[in-house]
Amino acid sequence: MSQVRVLVGTRKGAFVLTSDGKRDKWDVSGPHFAGWEMYHVKGSPADPNRIYASQTSGWFGQIIQRSDDGGKTWRQPGTPPGEAPAPGPPKAASNKFVYDASAETGKPLTTHQWYDGTQHPWEFKRVWHLEPSLTDADTVYAGVEDAALFRSSDGGENWKELSGLRGHGTGPKWQPGAGGMCLHTVILDPSNAQRMWIAISAAGAFRTDDGGATWKPINRGLYSKYIPNPTAEVGHCVHHIAMNPSRPGVLFMQKHWDVMRSDDGGEQWRKISGNLPTDFGFVIDVHAHEPETIYVVPIKSDGEHFPPDGKLRVYRSRTGGNEWEALTKGLPQRDCYVNVLRDAMAVDSLDKCGIYFGTTGGQVYASADAGDSWAPIVRDLPAVLSVEVQTLP
Amino acid sequence: MIRVILPHHLRTLAGVGGDVELDVEGPVTQRSVLDALETRYPMLRGTIRDHVTQQRRAFLRFFACEEDLSHESPDAPLPEAVASGREPFIVIGAIAGG
Repeated sequence: MSQVRVLVGTRKGAFVLTSDGKRDKWDVSGPHFAGWEMYHVKGSPADPNRIYASQTSGWFGQIIQRSDDGGKTWRQPGTPPGEAPAPGPPKAASNKFVYDASAETGKPLTTHQWYDGTQHPWEFKRVWHLEPSLTDADTVYAGVEDAALFRSSDGGENWKELSGLRGHGTGPKWQPGAGGMCLHTVILDPSNAQRMWIAISAAGAFRTDDGGATWKPINRGLYSKYIPNPTAEVGHCVHHIAMNPSRPGVLFMQKHWDVMRSDDGGEQWRKISGNLPTDFGFVIDVHAHEPETIYVVPIKSDGEHFPPDGKLRVYRSRTGGNEWEALTKGLPQRDCYVNVLRDAMAVDSLDKCGIYFGTTGGQVYASADAGDSWAPIVRDLPAVLSVEVQTLP
Repeated sequence: MIRVILPHHLRTLAGVGGDVELDVEGPVTQRSVLDALETRYPMLRGTIRDHVTQQRRAFLRFFACEEDLSHESPDAPLPEAVASGREPFIVIGAIAGG
């Protein structure tokens, strides 16, 4: 019988929630890395036992953790505890994220816009998102703050920046949002290994068609009233993008305000907010088997990061947007003032499709019937930063 | 033998239960102590000092002999009591947040 493993990153550790295919009884393990901010935990599609985790701290910086047994045990790639290091310089430092420098000057590749409008050098802060390769368990991408994309091809031991992203020319116009200048979304195209999409707050969405060597901004159709030119090529605060693997190039975006879709790989976007009570929010995801069925959690506003009217409602569109229905069964419908952060929703691939999301109040909710009804798996975790799901045979 | 006291999270990361004892060759300075610490426990690289600049992370402090040595030169000799092992070199997390 199938199993589901839900990987939860929180402000104070990681948790692994497991259930059989019925998804009504859950085992909870954790906290793993207790006390640390776990920004993202994600399994490899190529090897479900391989899981990568981003462990961060304002005090101690970035750590990358890896499990090769489905989350039972963990180690820092390249530095196994208990083994004496070999003589000589270290061969691996899994938390060493060093931005590329200009070949001409040796100085940082470019600068970005700071809050006061001046230019500011790139400074590494943390890994927001880890995206394992679809085909090779040892290859994994890291989206980081300050915004850049790194790749490891040795299981997370060493990282190399894909600097064509920052180097294509618009970098000086990127600026941090309230949460920092983070690269938070990485989507790999299952039909074309050379193509991927990323998104940055607050720069926008970008696509590569050559494996990450060169990138182009793909923000046509986005309108952001909080930037001087609302239709600028970059500067948009994209919160998250989702794609159903069966339809590469059909993208759904939750922007700061506005829910958007693109049917041509991001060349052009159109608004699909329709009858949503508010189109501010962070998460967005797509049903595993119905590529026109999408989910968002509307949040009241940019100034009030909680659900409207104190009612936690997931909204589902079965028409690819514009027509939305509120899903409330099992969710609190009074006095609820949590947020759902951008990486905190995921879907499994069982039939019926399971939907999962975590809140800043520490609840992780699951629906085993595509959103019709919900129940909490756990209620009292630390604030949830990310939720990912593995569907296991 | 130099004694080093690490904060809780770094002890967990390094897999050590208490004080760390290190042999340091040559002058005993912040740099030589941290070099020896990172050689013995490579999982700590980047958690106390930046990988590239080797600067102390902003929210960490270095104490010894009831003094804050955080702003001393990394190449300044540490107190004789630290060099002789009578007093520990303390890496401590600054008070910040909850």
